[in-house]
Amino acid sequence: MTHPQTALPQHLLSAADLTRDAALLVLDTAEELARVADRPIKKLPTLRGRTVVNLFFEDSTRTRTSFEVAAKRLSADVINFSAKGSSVSKGESLKDTALTLEAMGADAVVCRHGASGAPHRLANWIRGSVVNAGDGTHEHPTQALLDAYTMRSRLGRIEALRVAIVGDVLHSRVARSNVLLLSTLGAEVTVVAPPTLLPVGVEHWPCAVSYDLDGVLPKSDVVMMLRVQRERMYGGFFPTTREYSRRYGLDARRMATLPDDAIVMHPGPMNRGVEIAAEVADSVRSTIVEQVANGVSVRMAVLYLLLGGGLVEATEVAA
Amino acid sequence: MSTSWVIRGARPLGGKAADLYVEDGALVDEAPVGAQVLDADGLVALPGLVDLHTHLREPGREDAETVETGTLAAALGGFTAVHAMANTEPVADVAGVVEQVWRLGIEAGHCDVHPVGAVTVGLAGEQLAELGAMADSAARVRVFSDDGRCVHDPLLMRRALEYVKAFDGVVAQHAQDPRLTEGAQMNEGPQSGRLGLAGWPAVAEEAVIARDCLLAAHVGSRVHFCHVSTAGSVEIVRWAKRKGWNVTAEVTPHHLLLTDDVVSSYDPVFKVNPPLRGSEDVEALREALADGTIDAVATDHAPHALEDKETEWAAAAFGMTGLETALSVVAAAMVETGRLDWSGVADRMSVRPARIGRLTAQGQPLLPGAPANLVLVDPAARVVVDPSTSASRSRNNPYAGRELPARVVATFLRGRPTVLDGKPA
Repeated sequence: MTHPQTALPQHLLSAADLTRDAALLVLDTAEELARVADRPIKKLPTLRGRTVVNLFFEDSTRTRTSFEVAAKRLSADVINFSAKGSSVSKGESLKDTALTLEAMGADAVVCRHGASGAPHRLANWIRGSVVNAGDGTHEHPTQALLDAYTMRSRLGRIEALRVAIVGDVLHSRVARSNVLLLSTLGAEVTVVAPPTLLPVGVEHWPCAVSYDLDGVLPKSDVVMMLRVQRERMYGGFFPTTREYSRRYGLDARRMATLPDDAIVMHPGPMNRGVEIAAEVADSVRSTIVEQVANGVSVRMAVLYLLLGGGLVEATEVAA
Repeated sequence: MSTSWVIRGARPLGGKAADLYVEDGALVDEAPVGAQVLDADGLVALPGLVDLHTHLREPGREDAETVETGTLAAALGGFTAVHAMANTEPVADVAGVVEQVWRLGIEAGHCDVHPVGAVTVGLAGEQLAELGAMADSAARVRVFSDDGRCVHDPLLMRRALEYVKAFDGVVAQHAQDPRLTEGAQMNEGPQSGRLGLAGWPAVAEEAVIARDCLLAAHVGSRVHFCHVSTAGSVEIVRWAKRKGWNVTAEVTPHHLLLTDDVVSSYDPVFKVNPPLRGSEDVEALREALADGTIDAVATDHAPHALEDKETEWAAAAFGMTGLETALSVVAAAMVETGRLDWSGVADRMSVRPARIGRLTAQGQPLLPGAPANLVLVDPAARVVVDPSTSASRSRNNPYAGRELPARVVATFLRGRPTVLDGKPA
């Protein structure tokens, strides 16, 4: 056992909640749990009798499904509580929703919300664990964990990796969580964006900042392309989609300037032809499909550690 | 209740102890016969506080506050006059509404209520409201504001500044460029970037203040700036005053004490407009209040129903209560730090706001002949703020659990105690 003293906090609201040891514990646990996926019966009894609620105020089939599969592989009861068609759309407050879930005995609530900080509020009102599955333009810590997991499994380490995060950093919860987690784990992060898509105060973040993608790519082991949201395209943040693609899109020509072993990541869903060219998304450097698979393992690890505690016993996995 | 009082041993403006005599609503120079005696040993006597910026929410949002509850909170905070902001439902943009609010204030009797008239019809920023009718009404409105919204159209602002000269009115501008603050949630700075909350940049306030100083100078009017919140705004106001222009400004207690660090909890009790700023802004505001660049402390008391604050940050209403804690917060930010003495507090919380609002019976020296509007403060007391005991109907108090210095012991409105022993009289 490499992490005997480490435990996760009660909630996972921000990547900053994780110490280096706690983050590594999640990644190591995910690695062990990933083996479950290779078996014909992909299920562990670990969280039998526990209830995990997926509370999604925003549509996100990908993330919700990933958490659902993760919880079910650990034998938890899963309730999908989506804002559409529920009382939430009839004006019920976040607090009343929280109290309802509390009354149902939720052990963990996985929350996706359009407002930054909504999971923080939720954590005040329920006794179970809250997992932030993306809040507004704030954070998405399990995405950062699965990205770190993917980097480690492809490149063998995270320490001292040079990671470029490219695109709409201003509005990206993926970027915020990745910068925090990767710096905790010792990577050297550079965020790359047009100045209009960088937040005020980014110079205080634990990363370097560049406006010049071509200058950064040859010095990058990992390039993470962020999705350009449709509303940004019309929000005056850049003149045209075409100009954005030309300056900040990753095409085959740019990909060729990367070091030989470098990988290309994208949290999905992609805008092919905008921030990433189709031939790049489908290239051998691309980890996009792996990221999805790794997402399940990492989320299993998070739920397991929050609800079950301790490290996976080797025998349990082998059983 | 007796109408004549001997207030024994109080220290006027924090100076030497003296007895104050009250008879028939005024201060007199001899102890009245048969007067009640109030032992004020160790207490500081100040002229009754005057708030240029209060939201009483009536008419329209009586679930959050009424004139009765808001003015009782004001009296408990040491105020003898408040200016009730115009953003009610219906908006106070006609004589009928301002007279209604004014009458409700008289009926409640806890402190004088001076309604603020809206500058534009429905606060919509398109057409001047009937400012003259409000000025001529029983409420005698002198302060006009679209507070909550900025009078952003420069031509309309120019006309408003000019028009109110006819009755010695003043436009109190809520300086906020609407385009630069679309969807804004908190101060734009390192903290907003980290928390993923849309930023409210300082320049959105400063640009409007600069423009309106120039406009006021151009048309020879006076202008007042509500809740100035940034170091840059202070610099612009200081520059305009140096030019001799007729510019005044207020700062809220919360901008003197709190910084945007507290937003990391995402607790909307800290959500306010303009937003809490950085520590360098707090420092500049304190300095400006001390040197007189900022004329007045104004509470921007903004009560909100629980359900409008117990939400996620973005969905919550802007605003915090402030009437009952204003004097204590100013004591913490300005007196304990040695920046103002009690005479200075009286100047910034009573004398100058009364002058800006053209209230002749408020903010007067504590001398025989003056109306007996005064407050007795225990400067040595320390109080832990407990919103559940507030007289306000709302609980959105950002100082909950904080220990603050100084406590209001008694408030007199024209010789009649509204507060005694820290409780409603």
